[in-house]
Amino acid sequence: MKKWFVVVFALVAIAIFAQGFERNQTVYIGGSLWSPPSNWNPFTSWNAVAGTIGLVYETLFLYDPLVGQFEPWLAESGEWVKPDTFRVKLRNNLTWQDGKQLTIDDIIFTFELGKKFSGINYSPIWNWLSRIEKVDSRTIDFIFSDPRYQEWGQQLISIAIVPKHIWEGKSEADILQGANEKPVGSGSYYVESWADDRNVFRKNANWWGIKELGLNPKPERVVVLRVLSNNVAVGMLMKGELDWSNFFLPGIPILQKSYGIHTWFKEPPYMLPANTTGIFLNVRKYPLSVVELRRAMAYAIDPNKIVDRAFEKMVTASNAAGIMPVPGWMKYYPDETVQKYGFKYDPEKAKAILDEIGFKDINKDGFREDAQGRPFKLTIECPYGWTDWMVSIQSIAEDLRKVGLNVEPIYPDASKYNDDLYGGKFDIILNNYVTGVSSTIWSYFNAVFYPDAVNADYSYSGNFGKYHNPEVATLLDELNRTSSNDQAKMKELVAQLSEILLKDLPFIPLWYNGAWFQASSDVWSNWPDTSNPYAWPIGWAGHWQLGGIKVLFNIEAK
Amino acid sequence: MNFSRPKGRDCSEVIFLRKYLLKKILIYVLTFFFAATINWAIPRFMPGNPIHFLIARFATLPESAKVLQSYFTQAFGLDRPLMEQYVNFWRAFFKGDLGISIYLYPQPVLKVILRSLPYTVLLLLPAIIVSFVIGNRFGAFVARKKYLDNIALPIFYTLTAAPYFWFGILLAWLFGVVLKVFPIAGAYSFAMTPSFSWRFVSNYLYHWILPFSSLVLVMLGGWAIGMRNMIIYELEANYSRYMEALGSSQSLIRRYAYRNAILPQVTGLAIQLGTAVAGTLTTEIVFSYPGIGYILMQGILNQDYFLIQGCFLFIIVGVLIANFIVDILYLIIDPRIRKSYTGEI
Repeated sequence: MKKWFVVVFALVAIAIFAQGFERNQTVYIGGSLWSPPSNWNPFTSWNAVAGTIGLVYETLFLYDPLVGQFEPWLAESGEWVKPDTFRVKLRNNLTWQDGKQLTIDDIIFTFELGKKFSGINYSPIWNWLSRIEKVDSRTIDFIFSDPRYQEWGQQLISIAIVPKHIWEGKSEADILQGANEKPVGSGSYYVESWADDRNVFRKNANWWGIKELGLNPKPERVVVLRVLSNNVAVGMLMKGELDWSNFFLPGIPILQKSYGIHTWFKEPPYMLPANTTGIFLNVRKYPLSVVELRRAMAYAIDPNKIVDRAFEKMVTASNAAGIMPVPGWMKYYPDETVQKYGFKYDPEKAKAILDEIGFKDINKDGFREDAQGRPFKLTIECPYGWTDWMVSIQSIAEDLRKVGLNVEPIYPDASKYNDDLYGGKFDIILNNYVTGVSSTIWSYFNAVFYPDAVNADYSYSGNFGKYHNPEVATLLDELNRTSSNDQAKMKELVAQLSEILLKDLPFIPLWYNGAWFQASSDVWSNWPDTSNPYAWPIGWAGHWQLGGIKVLFNIEAK
Repeated sequence: MNFSRPKGRDCSEVIFLRKYLLKKILIYVLTFFFAATINWAIPRFMPGNPIHFLIARFATLPESAKVLQSYFTQAFGLDRPLMEQYVNFWRAFFKGDLGISIYLYPQPVLKVILRSLPYTVLLLLPAIIVSFVIGNRFGAFVARKKYLDNIALPIFYTLTAAPYFWFGILLAWLFGVVLKVFPIAGAYSFAMTPSFSWRFVSNYLYHWILPFSSLVLVMLGGWAIGMRNMIIYELEANYSRYMEALGSSQSLIRRYAYRNAILPQVTGLAIQLGTAVAGTLTTEIVFSYPGIGYILMQGILNQDYFLIQGCFLFIIVGVLIANFIVDILYLIIDPRIRKSYTGEI
């Protein structure tokens, strides 16, 4: 009896004492933290806690994919005053979290670090940026030797401005190999504490934006949780322990109806698109080097089956060119070109193309042989454990086998998959690493065609099938060097690139992977959605600058 | 030869003890060297490259990706020939440097491991001790008790045959999901920060119970079966029968039998240690418990050479030390060993 009493007493005590931060002033976020917090270094943003850039450190501009426009942030304005000169005017009264003024010198310092140290990720801009000139105490000119308008825009929302007085005397190794455990940025939140499974951001009551922008960060604390499995995340969301989820969760229709979980759309696809997912084909490997075969494959695959089967309609099938339906990109959508050269699911047409090039089943094994009668077998791969993708490549292989192509799905471990992908060691591979939403449509075409991949052993930025076409390289360069103000030329170049993509098909776009967003209305309300689209609802690394930060200014505690 | 002089016996005892220990230590050092070498090599035979993971995690502009790749390949010394990497590994090891984790960049591996070590030790040690003590007592208790034995034996067999992770999942499902009495993941609640307060400690214990119980129960089965069989064997031995004939009480006979039966169990403990550690690793993974096992798993998934190496080094060292302790323990609890070295029996 006594022992039971002790156990019961202990449990009651736990129930009484187990309370944490004040609930209605804390927002719990999940879906961006996959490893224990280990660094808050804006120079190693690939491994820093999501929010390091965006919440703690800030960029000169934000980009809102919902409207397709840049928004000045630390900058008050920015414009091309001459074809080779970008002028930035800084806001007034900017401060660092340690109370010091944020001045134009900090901006210059941040950019010039890239000139000083070649290991800094943005150092290559100095190949095309020639110098920075101070115009007055709040204005600077970036003067380019070779203005790459599109890439520059992306840098403006990626480079985190750091305080000169803290980073000044550091060596390259200190900068790149430090954890920066007490980050001092200019942002609306600072790092209060962290443990293996969470990172706690606390509101910066002296943030400059409260006065200058009239924006007030609502939650006192933003707790980024490392939830270890999607099932746990579903449970927490239903119980209202997780407010803002950026996980890929199954069963959204049920969650939405029975538990009042908030999503962007009330109807399918529920989610905004975040990237174009499709298959890269190894164009240097016979028979995938036969363009008609690739074309037949494009006709043979039914993306809507994947949408239904693997994603429960949470994603949408892509257009043939794979251009994501966000305003900043759709304004260049080459309708005519897609009409003319595009493809859609039509297995009969696929069979006809294959018959025409002489790929026929001669030995009657159920699969087609090549024009010389030689049998062939192809593999399609995705990482093991990515269940939605595993179902997807099964569906693709099934479709391709239906038209007589012998394709087998394989599921290597992620490490092997990455090695195959970057090294071009595959037949067909499903991927979306580099085709995500960005401030410029150039990034999509660069990901599809990335010319440097052709001669590199390993290449990380797209064109994994190593498609070679000198014309594409020229067009990409030209697109990168075209100002977004020149809409007509942008459109023309996008049309030309789309035409090549659709004709040669080194990449077959299939669907748009979602910007997974589910929110609980238990504690916080006024979450963004399609009827109240005030912010891009994602808190992944790199997405705070896409407007994710604005969610925190607009949600309301109940 | 005459060993009857007390002084001579003491002397030879010390010499033999030293010889015994030296031999053991030499074996342990050799084992460590080979184990460490193998565990250095194995991750490097995995296909792929840890730097790929860094880049895969974060979409960036093409030129930045190139800078990242070349800088970090150099920083981690992955561009050097393998032999040189191997020599550097030992050189750093003797300086107490296990390298920098790639997955948890830029935390030193040693720091990462020391942070998760307490969780593993506090789970593993009590589990081993509790299961050993209870298992042996219980096994001795049920031996030769017809009805109890018939009921207990199948249960023990089920427990010992259950894989650790499977049993962990079973408990998590039953107590976490169905009955909702215990949490199923983590070492403490999300709303807490580790500290030495009653609030934290109670919460920690609350999260600790399930993984601990699953380890204890699985380990317990094996000890109980072993002990039950040994007791039955000892009760058949001549000395037991002799005592019985002399009219000794059953409990006294059983007590003697227990002392004899425990010896092979201690040997078993040394052999089982490795399995127990492996069991803890999988149990940690099931419960997302932030110990060495969980960290090791993450290291493997992210191809973090340095973290994998570091975790294995700790495990190897731990198992070797534990074995060594058991060796010494053996000398103490079994006088026959000592005596046999001195040639007395």
